Amino acid sequence: MLDFIARRLIAIIPVLGVVAVFVFLMLRLTPGDPAAVIAGDNATSDQIADIRNKLGLDEPIWTQFAIWIGNVLQGNFGESFFFKKTVAELIAQRVEPTLALAICTLVFAVSISVPIGVMAAYRQGSLIDKAVMGFSVLGFSVPGFVIGYCLIYVFAIELGWLPVQGYVRIGVNFWQFAERMVLPSLTLSVGFVALISRITRASVLEVLNEDYIRTARAKGLSNRVVLMRHALRNAAVPILTVIGLGIAILIGGAVVTESVFGLPGLGRLTVEAVLSRDFPTIQTVILLFSVVYVVINLLIDISYTLFDPRIRY
Amino acid sequence: MKKVMKRTLAAMLAGAILSSAGPALAQGKVIKFVQNGNLTILDPIWTTAYVTRNHGYLVYDTLFASDENNAIKPQMVDKYEVSADKTVWTFTLRDGLEWHDGKPVTSEDCIASIKRWGARDSMGQKLMDFVKEFKEVNPKTFQMVLKEPYGLVLDSLGKPSSQVPFMMPKRVADTDPFKQIDSQVGSGPFIYMNAESKPGEKHVYTKNAKYKPRAEPPSGLAGGKVVKVDRVEIIEMPDPQQQVNAIAAGEIDVIEQPPHDLIPILKKEKGVTLFNWNPLGHQFIFRMNWLQPPFNNPKIREAALLSIRQEDYLKATVGEPEFYKVCTAAFICGTPNAVDAPGDLFVKPNFEKSKALLKEAGYDGTPIVLLQSTTLPVLTNMAPVTKALLEQGGFKVDMQSMDWQTVVTRRTNKGPVSQGGWNLFHTFSVAADILNPISTSYMVANGDKAWFGWPTDPEMEKLRDAYAKETDPAKNKALAAAVQARALQTAQYGWVGQWYGPGAMRSNVSGWLKAPVPVMWNIEKK
Repeated sequence: MLDFIARRLIAIIPVLGVVAVFVFLMLRLTPGDPAAVIAGDNATSDQIADIRNKLGLDEPIWTQFAIWIGNVLQGNFGESFFFKKTVAELIAQRVEPTLALAICTLVFAVSISVPIGVMAAYRQGSLIDKAVMGFSVLGFSVPGFVIGYCLIYVFAIELGWLPVQGYVRIGVNFWQFAERMVLPSLTLSVGFVALISRITRASVLEVLNEDYIRTARAKGLSNRVVLMRHALRNAAVPILTVIGLGIAILIGGAVVTESVFGLPGLGRLTVEAVLSRDFPTIQTVILLFSVVYVVINLLIDISYTLFDPRIRY
Repeated sequence: MKKVMKRTLAAMLAGAILSSAGPALAQGKVIKFVQNGNLTILDPIWTTAYVTRNHGYLVYDTLFASDENNAIKPQMVDKYEVSADKTVWTFTLRDGLEWHDGKPVTSEDCIASIKRWGARDSMGQKLMDFVKEFKEVNPKTFQMVLKEPYGLVLDSLGKPSSQVPFMMPKRVADTDPFKQIDSQVGSGPFIYMNAESKPGEKHVYTKNAKYKPRAEPPSGLAGGKVVKVDRVEIIEMPDPQQQVNAIAAGEIDVIEQPPHDLIPILKKEKGVTLFNWNPLGHQFIFRMNWLQPPFNNPKIREAALLSIRQEDYLKATVGEPEFYKVCTAAFICGTPNAVDAPGDLFVKPNFEKSKALLKEAGYDGTPIVLLQSTTLPVLTNMAPVTKALLEQGGFKVDMQSMDWQTVVTRRTNKGPVSQGGWNLFHTFSVAADILNPISTSYMVANGDKAWFGWPTDPEMEKLRDAYAKETDPAKNKALAAAVQARALQTAQYGWVGQWYGPGAMRSNVSGWLKAPVPVMWNIEKK
């Protein structure tokens, strides 16, 4: 197992290398000059050239890359072109809202989608099954920002139960934090619930036709025990895989959800950095997202062994 | 056991209630203000971004300021004198001016601040061309010695919009003008709370209790800056629809300038008032590239101007007539330098004359590359209108859509369109920035050093210089008219309409001043 983990961790290095080169080149090759953005609307060409020189953007692209990657290897992710802060500082400030949103969404989505997926499989063809499948189609089809606005209209504006937007840090006031997390988490959960419930249903359906389920039933075990202990445990591997892959959806969704709900997280930082061409920030945030994605999927791989003893690394 | 549990629950509940009420009680009256964009740069000399200018007015003070009639009045300056030959200006600072760190504001601070601003701002650069030297007479008095008389000394030091000559401590103002400052210590009516501010979330300012406002009533950006709230929080909220939702729910107090398409919703909100805080408004412009064909030909530029109808732009971008004005004056209708353009120019297009001029100029039908910004709502509809009008005037147009940051980059390219260049783009200015031929960067015509489009016209530069040196307001008005006439004669650029964007505030907020900048002093919250 340790050998497997070590190999997977080592495999992250080339992945990050490819991501680093790709992101760096993409940013340099797409139109948009941070110096022109910084200089503002009234700047002259000379002023823009001066700023470009101060930022080192007039160096050849490979020199810029060598400087950046050299600094990254020493743990220095550079300074934002705009915020006058190091990128590490900037990210540290923005991690909490995104982490909170991701955890709330995962907890909410998994605790809803797995039971309804199992129920849909168990009652295949019933009204419950059709409702779950219908919701699943809806969840996939409706964009997150539309769901967000609808929830805001109903729960924040019409009913006034929850705030429209904003974020309060968990350490400042837990209740204000919690009430501000409800609508964003719900919004981001919809697509996730649709995905996981559908996969759960399919996996459980497949398992329910296995001989060992028939045997368990023949032994006189209750439906609950058959479903939870025998069916769901054996159906868990594909469900876990989808949850792992869904982290990418979560990251993409956080960009939109954080913008709609005014959450000062990494998603919004990414949008702001892209719009202003803040190269050091974009590069580091994307590297961070890559690391998170790879590590979470490693953890998911490791967790397979908990559900399926046949899997050994 | 039950009693213990009850007490524990009661204590938890009380704790929760107190913890949610605590900050509100401690903070007193707070104005939550949402600006048009995110405040990322905190150096108002380093950038021209209007959100940074707004930050500047909270934290810093100015030597002079413009009142609501656009007259320049002393602000940090107590008194000033001009020598008989108009080359020596002596400024004496008011008593009791202090930086936020408690140190007194001195002459050397002001001299360093003017120098740094003069290296970056176009009006500052022009002023510095005339400055021979600065002399520190004593800690409260300094002199600006000019090489020859300059008519815009006070207009420059009191210019209202970006980049504003804000006064900073010498140690801060000595920063390279092309590098951002590290400190937010000013002498303005609010103190920036660095520890509480989180970029991308909010910026916090508290009342500067030691600030000594002028005795005069507030007027525009001049007069007494009396702060009537304890704290201002600039909330970063990028989504305009959410801004409207948040003000309707009472979560924020002021929106700088909601988009025009959301104004009807705000008008229906009972708890919200709309307020046109910037009565001068803004002006859209139409900029051609003089370096590349076909607009390197004056006849073809003239043909383009003949195809313009301002109202088409204003209807497409602003919509409601109460928020726009057809104005054919380059220097903003309702201000001293305003003169109408001749005939029907900009009001009624003359497509036949445009076509005739194109024929005469030998226009070969090569499409004009028109840059369309799709990320600034107020500019998105400009380019399609231009395309339609120019095509009626005989042009072929290749409209290329991109985000504003790409437009900002692309417009710096002086090369041909085949190498990523451009022929035409649109932008807009706050009217206060374009009230005279010197502050209006679009009027600069010194080639490579001019604003994007790089017009070269020695005659225009002579007129601008004459305006700069003239100290008689009546003669200045005539010179401004001559500058506008020259700009039209060479078809230097097009001005395509004036528009207004009201702010929104909760009904319990009052005292928002009319000025070219949304300022937070004088505002009250009940």
